[in-house]
Amino acid sequence: MNGSLERIRSRTAGIDLSWPVLLFVAAALCVLIVLPVSWLVYYSMTDRTGAFTADNFLRLATDPTFIDPFVTTVKIAVSVGAICCLVATPMGWLVARTDMPFKRTVRILVMACFVTPPFLGAIAWELLAAPNSGLLNQLYRSLTGVSPDVHLFDIYSLTGLIFVIACYTFPYVFVLVANALDRIPGDLEDASAILGGTAWITARRVTIPLALPALLAGALVAFLQAMTLFGSPAILAIPAGFHTMTTKIWSLFQYPPKPELAAAASLPLLVITVLLLRAEYMILGRRGYSVVGGRNSDPRLVRLGMLRWPALVLCFLLLLNPVFLPYGALLNAAFSRVPSQLLSLENVTLHNINFVLFDLSATKLALKNTFLLGALAATIGTVFALVIAYVTTRKAIAGYRALGFLATAPVAIPGIVLGVGLFLSYTRPPFVLYGTLWILLLAFITISLPSAYQQLQAALRGVHPELEDASRILGATRLQTLGRITAPLLRTGVIATWCFIFVGVIRELSAAIMLFTSETKVISVLIFDLNESGDLAAISVLGLMMLAITFVVVVAANQIPGFGGDVRLRNA
Amino acid sequence: MRNSKFSRRALLKGSAALALGGFASPLKAAAPEASPVTPALIEAARQEGKVAWYTSVDLPVAEKIAKAFEAKYPDIATRVERSGAERIFQRIGQEQGSRIYAVDVVNSSDAAHFIAWKRDGWLAPYVPEDVARHYKPEHRDMDGMFATWRAWLSVIGYNTTLVKAEDAPKSFADLLDPKWNGKIVKGHPSYSGTILTATFQMSRDLGWSYFEKLAKQNVLQVQSSAEPPKKLALGERAVMADGNEYNLFLLKESGQPVEIVYATEGSPLIVGPNGIFANAPNPNAARLFQSWMFTVEAQQLMIEVGGLRSLHALAKEKPGRKPLKEIKLMKDDPVAVERGSEEIKAHYTQYFHV
Repeated sequence: MNGSLERIRSRTAGIDLSWPVLLFVAAALCVLIVLPVSWLVYYSMTDRTGAFTADNFLRLATDPTFIDPFVTTVKIAVSVGAICCLVATPMGWLVARTDMPFKRTVRILVMACFVTPPFLGAIAWELLAAPNSGLLNQLYRSLTGVSPDVHLFDIYSLTGLIFVIACYTFPYVFVLVANALDRIPGDLEDASAILGGTAWITARRVTIPLALPALLAGALVAFLQAMTLFGSPAILAIPAGFHTMTTKIWSLFQYPPKPELAAAASLPLLVITVLLLRAEYMILGRRGYSVVGGRNSDPRLVRLGMLRWPALVLCFLLLLNPVFLPYGALLNAAFSRVPSQLLSLENVTLHNINFVLFDLSATKLALKNTFLLGALAATIGTVFALVIAYVTTRKAIAGYRALGFLATAPVAIPGIVLGVGLFLSYTRPPFVLYGTLWILLLAFITISLPSAYQQLQAALRGVHPELEDASRILGATRLQTLGRITAPLLRTGVIATWCFIFVGVIRELSAAIMLFTSETKVISVLIFDLNESGDLAAISVLGLMMLAITFVVVVAANQIPGFGGDVRLRNA
Repeated sequence: MRNSKFSRRALLKGSAALALGGFASPLKAAAPEASPVTPALIEAARQEGKVAWYTSVDLPVAEKIAKAFEAKYPDIATRVERSGAERIFQRIGQEQGSRIYAVDVVNSSDAAHFIAWKRDGWLAPYVPEDVARHYKPEHRDMDGMFATWRAWLSVIGYNTTLVKAEDAPKSFADLLDPKWNGKIVKGHPSYSGTILTATFQMSRDLGWSYFEKLAKQNVLQVQSSAEPPKKLALGERAVMADGNEYNLFLLKESGQPVEIVYATEGSPLIVGPNGIFANAPNPNAARLFQSWMFTVEAQQLMIEVGGLRSLHALAKEKPGRKPLKEIKLMKDDPVAVERGSEEIKAHYTQYFHV
């Protein structure tokens, strides 16, 4: 072991790329992360004149217009966390550990809600469950014959909002739980069975304890996602007359802007996120996956017998909410003259498509910006993450731990907080990037870095250093080895990472909403703009286009085995 | 239309100028000469090849206007940047502050914005020929910085399948009836210039207590003044407490089940001026666009496809729409709105929570 470390050291010394690489990457990470967070802290503690003050925080702690949104946000986050676990755990178990039919289809459908932008889901649910015009409420009234005042669902409510957020957050828990269950070796369960444990005892004593860390981690992730989400609350909570923390922060940028209050209001989100991630680390760190790590034998599948088909029906019923119903509502609205009417021969129209493609002068620019930013962020982000992952997994240079830490740090910065931080950093000299695509590019790279890094690190761990050593022993330089051996072996991982960053970028709203200008609008912002003027049909067309692009990219990425390992798309 | 409806604007202009007394000397300076559209201007505009119009008029209307301009001048790509007037104001302020000069021509439904922009020296003087010839002095800035491109009302409306005509509200006071609880939709003054202006006029004439009571009616709070009419057409809410008259005209004429109510207390009058920015990236295209916007052709188009009202002397109201002179109006007062805008928004948030 020591020998190989020495070998590695001597190799790096030979090329001497280590220090420049370390310095460059560290500097870049500092610019990406430390700068915006520092400005955030600075603004939150100063007044307009730049003098130190605690007034912003005092106001935050005493003003009910800040306390109420905070309480609401906590309620939402806790409820969403709980609901996601309740829904995702049985589904994850059915998919990973039973002989339910069409398991792959279910996984693909969960993937579909994973990549559906939550704000689009929220708008689709307005079409479905607005109290009077919602399609589901109309259906309910026509089935029961109750008066037009009666409704079954009201999406413009705290419950409605929690429901919609949960719809697009549960895949995070699902992925974690299903993957953990996939990895539990069958041997352990077999041992329990051989020792006389019934199925229930095995589940209670072996399977559940082993899957519990993943579930807890999932609950935390769901909590954080729900807490930092911007789009869905902006679409559903404001019409109902309440704010969450994210919409409150955003509203502080409306005229007259109050950046110092926005900065102060952002910090609690940041602190809570850091603390919870720390807790997640401690939970996972203590329970560990060490038992789970080795692939001993495939997990035993539980035979559901008679229940196979009911189980599948249950999965599909659950998936109605995030996938089938909303997509159907969007399709309906895209082709209908009135979005709240079901398509029929009388009201079918291509007008909406025509409007979005040819009349709406913002479409072309937004599409161009979105593609450009998606491709650039994905490319730069992947390269960046690859370098850091290589350095940290091969321990190629001293200080690799710091790099790894910095690369994962953005996970603790909610999108809207990053947006505020970048806004404060880059609207003033020396770096005036506001109004350019660069500031959005910075935001998107920062946001996608942690998941890209984790994914590529996992991929690199799968490539045994022996292969590289062989190449080096045969006389290749480190760079040649990288190019000829490591890179081809990593190809699938790299492509997958690229695709996931791309998809993550085109659905990002919370940072983009703080940073765009009229000429740097992206599709998600355009959809949000259209929502504020109630152009539901145009939104549906744009949203479906966005989904189509996403699916093409995801299908491409899905050719790659092992979907969803550690991929964490952020909510928008 | 009756002169008295708008004469207060002249008075306001005077008071605006007084209020801004320290800057330049607008009272003495003669208004700039009218500028005709010359072949040289058209050529220079074509060279620039594009123009950006920031506006708060409802998107489909804005795009139709832009497309008509492009049809007339095919070499000039017209980009519409549409948002709520208050958003536009914030966006432009942020952009100019960061030295991002993207806006050529601006149209706001909050006339007070033009007072602020003019005071900041952000507007360029330019008087289209039509404005000089066919617009009354009270509808244009005395220094030629802007002129009223469109006018409309903020009105009450209802969905005719959900509400019978005899049950419909007749006045703002009627909306406080408990029977409308949970059935009202309204726009937001932090987003929409129309709603901000209307909120100012209504709070002045009816008192803030009106809004305090209205807030207890469990209203659906949307953003744009264009959205309440759309929510009515969807059948999402039965009644709208404020919002664009012009959207209701358009929806009604396309067969949607909506109807307009001009409140007995008077309907808030909204004017939307158009002006050119001093550091417009496409100054010639901006002038050409501004000139075209005030032609009787464009004004008539705005009436036909936009449901808006024109102050051009030669423009004709569309038959079937109630003429402006037959409607009881609330007085507009951009100077007071400019002064009170922040307070209006704060007051509103206090009652409506968002």
